[in-house]
Amino acid sequence: MLSRVRQLDKGLAVSVVALALYGLATLYSAGQTDVPSFVTTIWKQQVVWLVLGLIVAAFTFRTSPRMLEWATPFAYAITLFLLLLTLFIGTGAGTAVGSKSWIAIGGHRFGQPAELAKLATILMLARWLAAQREAPATLRDLIIPGIIAGLPCLLVLKQPDLGSAIVFIAILFLMLFWAGTKPSLLVLLASPVIGLVLAVSTVAWGIWIAVLAALLLWWRPYVWEGVAIMGLNVLGGVLALPFWNRLAPYQQNRLLAFLNPDVDPRAAGWHVIQSKVAVGSGGLLGKGFTEGTQKRLAFLPAQHTDFIFSVVGEELGFVGVLVALSLFAWLLFGLLRVARKATDPFSSLCVFGIAGLFFTHIVENVGMTINLMPITGIPLPFFSYGGSFLLACSIGVGIALRVAWESRQSGYAELGQ
Amino acid sequence: MNAFHPHLLDRRLGMARTGVWIVLGVMVMAFFRTQILGHGKYQLQSETNRLRPIPLPAPRGVIYDRNGRVLAENVPGYTVSLLPGPEANLRSTLAQIASIANIDSVEIERVLQRARRAPYQPALVLGDAPFRVVSALEERRVAIPGLLIQAEPKRYYPDTAVVAHLVGYVGEVTEVERTTRRFATVRLGGLVGKYGLEREYDDTLRGSEGIHFVEVSARGQMVREADAAANLAPVPGTDLHTTLDLDLQRYISRTFPAGQRGAVLALNPNTGEVLALYSAPGFDPNAFVGGISTSYWRSLNESAARPLLDRAIQARYPPGSTWKLAVAAMALKRGIVGPRSHMPIPCRGGLQYGNRFFRCWNAHGHGDLTLTEAIAQSCDVYFYQLGIKLGVTSLLEDANEWGFRGRTGIDLPDEISSEFPTGPEYYDRLYGPRRWTSAVALNLAIGQGENAQTLVQMVRLYQQLASDGRVRTPFVVRRAAAPGTSASLDLNPDQLAILRRAMIAVVEEGTARSGRLTGLQIAGKTGTAQNPHGADHGWFIGFAPAEKPEIVVGAIIEFAQHGTAAIPIVSRTIAHYLGLEETAATRMRVTVPTDSAPQPFQIPVLPDTLPPVIPVDSAVPRPPTR
Repeated sequence: MLSRVRQLDKGLAVSVVALALYGLATLYSAGQTDVPSFVTTIWKQQVVWLVLGLIVAAFTFRTSPRMLEWATPFAYAITLFLLLLTLFIGTGAGTAVGSKSWIAIGGHRFGQPAELAKLATILMLARWLAAQREAPATLRDLIIPGIIAGLPCLLVLKQPDLGSAIVFIAILFLMLFWAGTKPSLLVLLASPVIGLVLAVSTVAWGIWIAVLAALLLWWRPYVWEGVAIMGLNVLGGVLALPFWNRLAPYQQNRLLAFLNPDVDPRAAGWHVIQSKVAVGSGGLLGKGFTEGTQKRLAFLPAQHTDFIFSVVGEELGFVGVLVALSLFAWLLFGLLRVARKATDPFSSLCVFGIAGLFFTHIVENVGMTINLMPITGIPLPFFSYGGSFLLACSIGVGIALRVAWESRQSGYAELGQ
Repeated sequence: MNAFHPHLLDRRLGMARTGVWIVLGVMVMAFFRTQILGHGKYQLQSETNRLRPIPLPAPRGVIYDRNGRVLAENVPGYTVSLLPGPEANLRSTLAQIASIANIDSVEIERVLQRARRAPYQPALVLGDAPFRVVSALEERRVAIPGLLIQAEPKRYYPDTAVVAHLVGYVGEVTEVERTTRRFATVRLGGLVGKYGLEREYDDTLRGSEGIHFVEVSARGQMVREADAAANLAPVPGTDLHTTLDLDLQRYISRTFPAGQRGAVLALNPNTGEVLALYSAPGFDPNAFVGGISTSYWRSLNESAARPLLDRAIQARYPPGSTWKLAVAAMALKRGIVGPRSHMPIPCRGGLQYGNRFFRCWNAHGHGDLTLTEAIAQSCDVYFYQLGIKLGVTSLLEDANEWGFRGRTGIDLPDEISSEFPTGPEYYDRLYGPRRWTSAVALNLAIGQGENAQTLVQMVRLYQQLASDGRVRTPFVVRRAAAPGTSASLDLNPDQLAILRRAMIAVVEEGTARSGRLTGLQIAGKTGTAQNPHGADHGWFIGFAPAEKPEIVVGAIIEFAQHGTAAIPIVSRTIAHYLGLEETAATRMRVTVPTDSAPQPFQIPVLPDTLPPVIPVDSAVPRPPTR
């Protein structure tokens, strides 16, 4: 056992442990408020989850990538089933009481299948993409990966959990990129969504259609593909308004508040404003560990989950933020390195997908604390309180460590040094 | 070529690394901008974020009488309120303190409603918490989130009901009031004057609230007191010095016939200063402090005696024979009669006019009288004929010019207008053109008919008679800037002297002989206001000393049958004010003058006029919401 530990990828392991400890300390601080709440003792439960995560990671580490590849379709099917189940028996929790993202049995909330579904989707995508002889070259080749990621994405969107749905899309694109898909194809794939977003302004949308037409002429895809892309873009522009109306009011408000938090400073904009005030008032060195007033006086919402990074910003200042981001960078670069050195395409894609999962969560969660990103309420790896996501992260880290170990076994000498 | 060839992987790795670097770089720059460049701005926001202003009520100005005695003051009191928070929290907190604070579910709802109306302010639970409750709550303070106990100045009226109508009371500002310009600056839940002087001079008395900062959580729960430097001390209201003579006021309330309804108003005829204003039955203004109890409020409003009504300025009565002086003054002014003028027909107990017989109150008849004697005996037959001589047009013209249709402009809120026809057109409208005769003049001449006056209006007439004929608008603190009526009766001193002599005769040998005082000449006039709803109301308005009047006192007593009932209270008040032995009021038995028109004249009710019983709805203040 100990010999196995010594054979671990040091960089990856150390960065994860450092992040877990940093996250636990922040979570402890998040509970230190002047307003009594259940958050005060939540760090103890997180310790339990971390121990559980360690065990799960160890188990995953013992699982060979071949075994994983074999089990992938079952895992994918089970998580899809669970996602479907949440639509019927799901319950809400915390700040998202109205949604159905939790599986609850007998009133006891059991977990959020969406977090595990992200992992299962990564595995499924990796399995399918690795099985292809050539990288996807036409839009037709993207249909199956689109379905693999699209199914859980739609189910999650139905809960509704916009944040997680976006994560599925991001994972799809990142993994397609890693599988060698031409960037131009990815741009074309993404174009309907871009068209949809730009439809808020007729002028912007018109320019986009012109640019797209130029791109199509330049890249010269198959004619029917070009027509389909163009048609989808036009359709997106036309459907933008009905789609907007279909969004739940709180989703609309969040998007509007992202563009301008001051439209609704008491409700939708409140989170962003309070978070920015917390982060901004932290300054260079912060107000001191556990001393953040925004957090202490409960102005900071969801300070133990969605806005935990604001606590870092408020109490430890710019320096604390730099340290946290550096640790995340270390983790991400470690994962990229492992993905590069992986012995087979499936492992490589898995690890890159996991890196993409972390990356998306980090960018989205950290970005929203300073209004770089709209508020979607997805957790920050190793910081936010929450069992399901921590377990998903642990499994991901376990897989990455195993892949690193495999590649080291097959002769990548520098890994062990 | 395999997409996972190391060369291709290296290329993609490079792109991925670049992407991560760029995104993290953007984030670091964004944090730099927020935390380093924007630090000052956000630091300030986070400071102001957590400080919550708690209003510090200003003590209201003290109200004094003319001798510096206190009518309304402030004593230390306690308020209990809850800092704002989610309704569920407030509800559970209220449930927690309900037994200690002794509040029922209705009041809990009221507190919650208050919290909903002003969500960022402390919601008042108890406006005037007894010390027992305060100490019990203070003991459990730690367990009760958001509890705010403040020592606040509390209004106190030492003389309670004696000065209730004049001084008024305070209460929480209503939503409707806050929409008016006058109360726009008052915060929700702030106290404003609701009645009497408290309302009239609210702007002066109110002062301005201070602010006291406490550090609160986002849920609005108080965490600790903030730095004292940030606090703003309240500015106390300005004291009010009134013209009231508290001693006289107390004397009136003591001697006012127990259980009777009515009002007494005493003025200085030479200045218009209100020396006393008393209305019975009274109420306890202290009960309104900190929110009146529902049961007491209901009892005040449902009582047939309408204690909240200020009968001196908010009730109209037919003036009865007190009006005869107005008619006599009009006739003198127009030169129709002199002091020794006789009427063509002597009084034989009545007067046949047209197809109607107008009776005199004295069925035996008064015989042939001069003007002075007619006033002294209050002879109706004489005044019927004087009315005919004067004519309806002149009568209406003079009465309107002298302001008998309108307000006196006394500096008290909610004074109602007296009612009087505007001119002959009124009768054209009422009966149709040429369908009425000068018979209406007969009724108008003896103070019946379409005529309803407030006590203050009639006392003002006698104030003019007691002085040089000029109007001195009655006032308690400050004279109204522009009296709405013509300035004078336009009588020369001789004519005034004639009327005064006649009024002396009223007391010396006429209908008010019971009011005669040894060593003092009182001039005055009785009146009986017909009341179709019950017993007649009694009037007496008098002034003294008759030659150089220093006080004019008017009294109305409801259901008193006739004016004689009001005589003792007026004469005693005058005697007390002038420092005489009030028991000197002779208690001799007098002929009881019924002093009124023969048949109860059914006053036609027009939208323009009013029933003799008072339309109170407009005058009664709205229930204070607490």
